[in-house]
Amino acid sequence: MGWILVASAAVILFLQNYPLYIRSVPTENELKFHYMVHTSLDVVDEKISAMGKALVDQRELYLGLLYPTEDYKVYGYVTNSKVKFVMVVDSSNTALRDNEIRSMFRKLHNSYTDVMCNPFYNPGDRIQSRAFDGMVTSMMIQVC
Amino acid sequence: MEAAAGGGCGSGPPLLLSEGEQQCYSELFARCAGAAGGGPGSGPPEAARAAPGAATAASGPVADLFRASQLPAETLHQITELCGAKRVGYFGPTQFYIALKLIAAAQSGLPMRIESIKCELPLPRFMMSKTDAEIRFGNMAELHGTKVQIPYLITEKNTFKRMDDEDKQQETQSPTMSPLASPPSSPPHYQRVPLSHGYSKLRSSTEQVHPAPYEARQPLVQPEGPSLGGPGAKPLRHQASLIRSFSVERELQDNNSSYPDEPWRITEEQREYYVNQFRSLQPDPSSFISGSVAKNFFTKSKLSIPELSYIWELSDADCDGALSLPEFCAAFHLIVARKNGYPLPEGLPPTLQPEYLQAAFPKPKWECALFDSYSEPVPANQQLRDLNRMEKLSIKDVADFPVPTQDVTGDDKQALKSATDEALPKDMSEDSATPKDSNSLKARPRSRSYSSTSIEEAMKRGEDPPTPPPRPQKTHSRASSLDLNKVFQPSVPASKSGLLPPPPALPPRPCPLQSEQGSEAELHPQLNRAPSQAAESSPTKKDIPYSQPPSKPIRRKFRPENQATENQEPTTAVGGPASVATVKPHPTVQKQSSKQKKAIQTAIRKNKEANAVLARLNSELQQQLKEVHQERIALENQLEQLRPVTVL
Repeated sequence: MGWILVASAAVILFLQNYPLYIRSVPTENELKFHYMVHTSLDVVDEKISAMGKALVDQRELYLGLLYPTEDYKVYGYVTNSKVKFVMVVDSSNTALRDNEIRSMFRKLHNSYTDVMCNPFYNPGDRIQSRAFDGMVTSMMIQVC
Repeated sequence: MEAAAGGGCGSGPPLLLSEGEQQCYSELFARCAGAAGGGPGSGPPEAARAAPGAATAASGPVADLFRASQLPAETLHQITELCGAKRVGYFGPTQFYIALKLIAAAQSGLPMRIESIKCELPLPRFMMSKTDAEIRFGNMAELHGTKVQIPYLITEKNTFKRMDDEDKQQETQSPTMSPLASPPSSPPHYQRVPLSHGYSKLRSSTEQVHPAPYEARQPLVQPEGPSLGGPGAKPLRHQASLIRSFSVERELQDNNSSYPDEPWRITEEQREYYVNQFRSLQPDPSSFISGSVAKNFFTKSKLSIPELSYIWELSDADCDGALSLPEFCAAFHLIVARKNGYPLPEGLPPTLQPEYLQAAFPKPKWECALFDSYSEPVPANQQLRDLNRMEKLSIKDVADFPVPTQDVTGDDKQALKSATDEALPKDMSEDSATPKDSNSLKARPRSRSYSSTSIEEAMKRGEDPPTPPPRPQKTHSRASSLDLNKVFQPSVPASKSGLLPPPPALPPRPCPLQSEQGSEAELHPQLNRAPSQAAESSPTKKDIPYSQPPSKPIRRKFRPENQATENQEPTTAVGGPASVATVKPHPTVQKQSSKQKKAIQTAIRKNKEANAVLARLNSELQQQLKEVHQERIALENQLEQLRPVTVL
């Protein structure tokens, strides 16, 4: 139920449709990102429920391009515990390939797992892990 | 009074040391080499632990010593190069003595050259901060009463002049500046926090008695260096008081209060304390503390959750949600540091990395150290008292920790761990429980002397519920506990050495034999046979002689002889002068070897029984594991079926 939004970037991590982690590189226009993320949440739900009839093992975690707008592309990723990662990328950034997005989501997922391992982290809290921050920063620097 | 060279120099001029210098330098070298064994030396640990004079002084304590000489860093570098340590890569006795001599030369204002050491020089002076002394020059418990002489107070290099009384007074104030001045010149990774508060406390208590030692030092101050034969008694006194000052400083310490020049370095006592705490949460030192247990434990330290979360992030290097012993020590150390006001580092310091901690404190030491720690008073500091009070409640969790915890590590691992944890106390956890029990036995009388919030008592209270069953077993079947210990924890061999210094059956045997023969040549074989029997009754040789290393090589000599030929010539190896003596050992040795055989056979039998029990236990656990797996799969299937209904 969590969201993570990486945009050109912003990163928002949501749990049960409220954000666990938000990060954006150009810090202005955050509200625009928030809006886009909320709309894309619906798309994610749709994709999940569509695949939900199939066995869980066959469901891909990476949801791919959720929907493109003229300015941005939104990618989604969902974990088995319903934590949603949303990445918003600038459309002008055409150098980004699908593989790279997948690898970025994988890294995000791994870091998120590490955060969860910390017994002092209560699921549902905002994520304040420095390691997680560092990882996201490095990713976003790489992207933009 | 010029004695011959203190150490043969491979290159460079021959080193002539006076008696006073010789003594002083060898003491310092011994301290550096010995302390490196005790503390986390950065030099090769094995070499540093060798007997003093045999090998090298680790560069950690040596560096501290050099810095204490208050010379600028470039000078120290020069000295290190000149003395040859850089070239050979270590501080052997030669290099060390040359370095000391060069330090003395530098302090006297002479240029840094090899030829300088040919002059007669005063002894080098070192100003030791109290924790240098504590960390590096460990267990000098001598002379607690003489908080008296601190003539080591360093003077600036250029203030060599006769000092009157008023100058002396001024001088006692001026060194307060020097520790503060030294940090800029010290290497960055040695964060030396100014200890002026403790330092001035030290000096103020001894200021009155300064005059006598100061006068003793007057002649030494002269750069011309009168022949040291003259004040021959005084250099000795200086050196003796130098040593005393180290012990004084150490003795004035709070054990865990501050770690001045290396806040992220774990000292021996801290290490023992952390290990004890680990054992209170988890008897098996090679296993893990689960996240929830650790969380409850660390929450008692009253640090904020974000900080604790960050500390966990730093210390759980493999991010498995559980803490192994080195990770636990690192986390504990960070917590203690934080409570002492140190800001948390950005990354895990190298001295707290798990590999470093495991290398610096290899496991077998823990068991012996465990007992040593109980023979000292447990540090009862302000900082730790807070922890103590909170930890009273944490011990309830000791009984809880077998509960498998949640997440990522995998249910299997947790279930297995918890099952084996339960099995251990149930069955034959002698070695894990017995060090605990013997500790708790030792700790019981001591805990009464503390308030009810002492750690040992709390630990023991938590100890009692899970471990009563093994205790009676332990006292009855020591031999079996030996074998089962080996089966369960081959990685912790030295526990048995702590448990059974000699196994109970053995001590009476050597005594009547000794009284029989009463020749000195026999004493050696007898004593060596005692450990040899001990070794034979435990299948692994390495266990027992851990506490009796000297006899080990001789024992090995014996065993092939004992068993190869029934006709013994053990004493010939020892070099017994009497051929008469060799006749007598034969019947006694045969007796002993048959007894040894019986002991071995009983041990083998007991081993087999233990194996059978363990195999049974294993199969049961495997069964349980399978069942749990199946349950889990069933639950997941149910979840999937219910999923479309739930609102996401």
